[in-house]
Amino acid sequence: MAKVIVNGEIVENTWQRLTSEELDQQDVPAEGAVIVPLAYWLAHRDALLERAAPVGVCLEPGEEPTDLAADLAALPLVAVNFPAFKDGRGYSYARELRTRYGFEGEVRAVGDVLQDQLFYMHRVGFNAFEVRADRDIEEALNGLRPFSVTYQGDVHDERPIYRRQSA
Amino acid sequence: MYVYQDYDQRLLEERVAQYRDQTRRYLAGQLSEDEFLVLRLQNGLYIQRYAPMMRISVPYGMLNSTQVRKLASITRDYDKGFCHVSTRQNIQLNWPELADTPDILAELASVQMHAIQTSGNCIRNITTDEYAGVNPREIEDPRPWCEVIRQWATFNPEFAYLPRKFKIAVNAVPDADPALIGVHDIGVQIVHDHNGETGFQVWAGGGLGRTPMTGEVIGEFVAWPDLLAYLEAILRVYNKYGNRDNKYKARIKILVKALGADKFRELAEAEFAELKGGAMTLTREEVARIKACFVDPDYRTDVDTTALHNALDQHRAFNRWYHTNTRAHKKDGYRSVTLTLKKTGRIPGDITDEQLEDVADLADRYAFSEVRTTHQQNMVLADVAEDELYDLWQQLDALGFATPNLGLITDIVACPGGDLCALANAKSVPIAEGIQRQFDDLDFVHDLGPLDVNISGCMNACGHHHIGHIGILGVDKKGKEFYQITLGGRGDRQSRIGEKMGPSFESHEVTGVIGKIISVYLDNRLENEPFISTYERIGMDPFKEVVYG
Ligand code: HEM
Ligand code: SF4
Repeated sequence: MAKVIVNGEIVENTWQRLTSEELDQQDVPAEGAVIVPLAYWLAHRDALLERAAPVGVCLEPGEEPTDLAADLAALPLVAVNFPAFKDGRGYSYARELRTRYGFEGEVRAVGDVLQDQLFYMHRVGFNAFEVRADRDIEEALNGLRPFSVTYQGDVHDERPIYRRQSA
Repeated sequence: MYVYQDYDQRLLEERVAQYRDQTRRYLAGQLSEDEFLVLRLQNGLYIQRYAPMMRISVPYGMLNSTQVRKLASITRDYDKGFCHVSTRQNIQLNWPELADTPDILAELASVQMHAIQTSGNCIRNITTDEYAGVNPREIEDPRPWCEVIRQWATFNPEFAYLPRKFKIAVNAVPDADPALIGVHDIGVQIVHDHNGETGFQVWAGGGLGRTPMTGEVIGEFVAWPDLLAYLEAILRVYNKYGNRDNKYKARIKILVKALGADKFRELAEAEFAELKGGAMTLTREEVARIKACFVDPDYRTDVDTTALHNALDQHRAFNRWYHTNTRAHKKDGYRSVTLTLKKTGRIPGDITDEQLEDVADLADRYAFSEVRTTHQQNMVLADVAEDELYDLWQQLDALGFATPNLGLITDIVACPGGDLCALANAKSVPIAEGIQRQFDDLDFVHDLGPLDVNISGCMNACGHHHIGHIGILGVDKKGKEFYQITLGGRGDRQSRIGEKMGPSFESHEVTGVIGKIISVYLDNRLENEPFISTYERIGMDPFKEVVYG
């Protein structure tokens, strides 16, 4: 089974992410944790909530957490897809999930997720990373800690450095 | 200057280590071209026509002499013995080896310098007036606010992958725009309320390049504690809604235009409402700490100007230089001196390793060891006692930095163009040189008065041609180099974009055309009327008639 980084550790990926193309072809399996697209979630919310296994929702760029705000309490996981690592919208979405909506579940970065982006992703609120399949996940783990210093606050500690220093 | 704490230094060193590892992985084939591109750009590295170009950050244009000496040795050891002052006040190297770039960054870090976020789709170097802190017309020193913004912008995790590059400038002069805030993604105008408390009028949506535009006022008065929250709100709106499908429509100016300033303001205010009063609110203590880094140097109070006045009477060349290349200073007995890097025959903005060392020596001797870079590609010694000006002038003259043409027709701003830049449609440097040679009579040049000539080798507008009184843009027509002329741009007050004149010209025609434009001006000007005012009074037609007639 594929691996994923969750809370700084490499673990088995227990979630199956289904794309809208896949969901056009097949139904959501009865068993196992699944991640579905936002549109699918909005259309099948009640049925999905009746499943025994957990359900998460994946946001694409352009689909903001606002679209999901009312449902967040029912969700253990929100994934944010990066179709290309250069598209930085997901950074604002993760921050919004954490600070605007106080979402405490797993926020998972999926798609074109690479070592050199992990540190920033973690600071805006992602705590899980599906590193791109062709990359060494052990090596990618190093990407979580290139810096011991940060000027600005982040979702973990909102205080900028000078407030942290004087505390 | 801002004094580094341990943590500022540690951050730089960790950055070097990170980049060294990224370069290693790239050279080992573990990072693709495309992935490394983004990482190297955020470390200042472009791949250019002949070699990489490295853009070294000069926060708000401030350098100390130790840093200038380091730039000299880097230029000598890793490049061909010269570098370039850019229109963003940064320093550019033109021929470093890719494999050397981690070492260059390590050398820079040893003097508290770096190339962080000098390229790429992130928040770039913060710029301001090159006379910041000594300009008698400013209402307060803008540099502490630049530094506050710099720290917030550096490695800001949310804004490292914006739709496009992002530039912020700060201005503290009420009735002029020396920092060009009108043509920045965000312009911050320092204002005071009726109690004398500092606040900011925040502009957004200006920019040059393709589709040049001036910005709109988004925040009418942002109280100083809220500065970062307000900037963050604007950036967040841009990050979420900026166009990512088309790189030519990705700048914030396009978003502000598409939504309209009112709608944009509404979105920004909504984000701001959430941030206001939170942990990012600036504190008096922190602002005071940063302000304490920009206190006045130990100005002398015994400056005797008798000798200066004698020298001004006796030396015509010195007199001319004094009136052209030095500026009034907030402190009696001092002036700011601009070193013009525009001697005919030299690429505008270029400076050699030895000259850098000489400049560093002069800064130590005459200007409290500080040097500044300017967006007109010159350098400034900001605090020179008037009784030392004559000495300084003699030395600058020997170095070729005393050409008395600051702000005149031969003080041309030009990008490197086709001689170095892979994106160029045409050369810029020979055009600049042609104009400088045509106007080689200093009396005549002075008689013409203030005149900004700006040249860019392509639409990207690195030479700021849109805001030149006379702008020259390299265009490609069926594989041949042509030049489009614009008139009436200005970056001095409320910035304005120049107006296209008509069909473009071949390279050998350009100096002749400039000559004709000047003759129309001379025939029409009122007494003491600068070129730009004549243009604004008589409009484009008289110029067209003569040039195309
Ligand atoms: C030689 C390598 C260079 C390359 C490849 C390069 C590339 C670019 C590009 C692609 C843009 C356009 C971005 C946009 O607005 O969409 C741009 C803009 C700009 N460049 Fe360069 N540039 C180079 C050198 C320089 C130099 C030497 C200077 C300064 C002398 C400079 C200063 C600027 C400035 C000020 C702008 C911004 C125009 C604005 O306000 O929008 N660049 N450059
Ligand atoms: S304006 Fe064009 S030619 Fe000139 S430096 Fe910029 S990208 Fe190159």
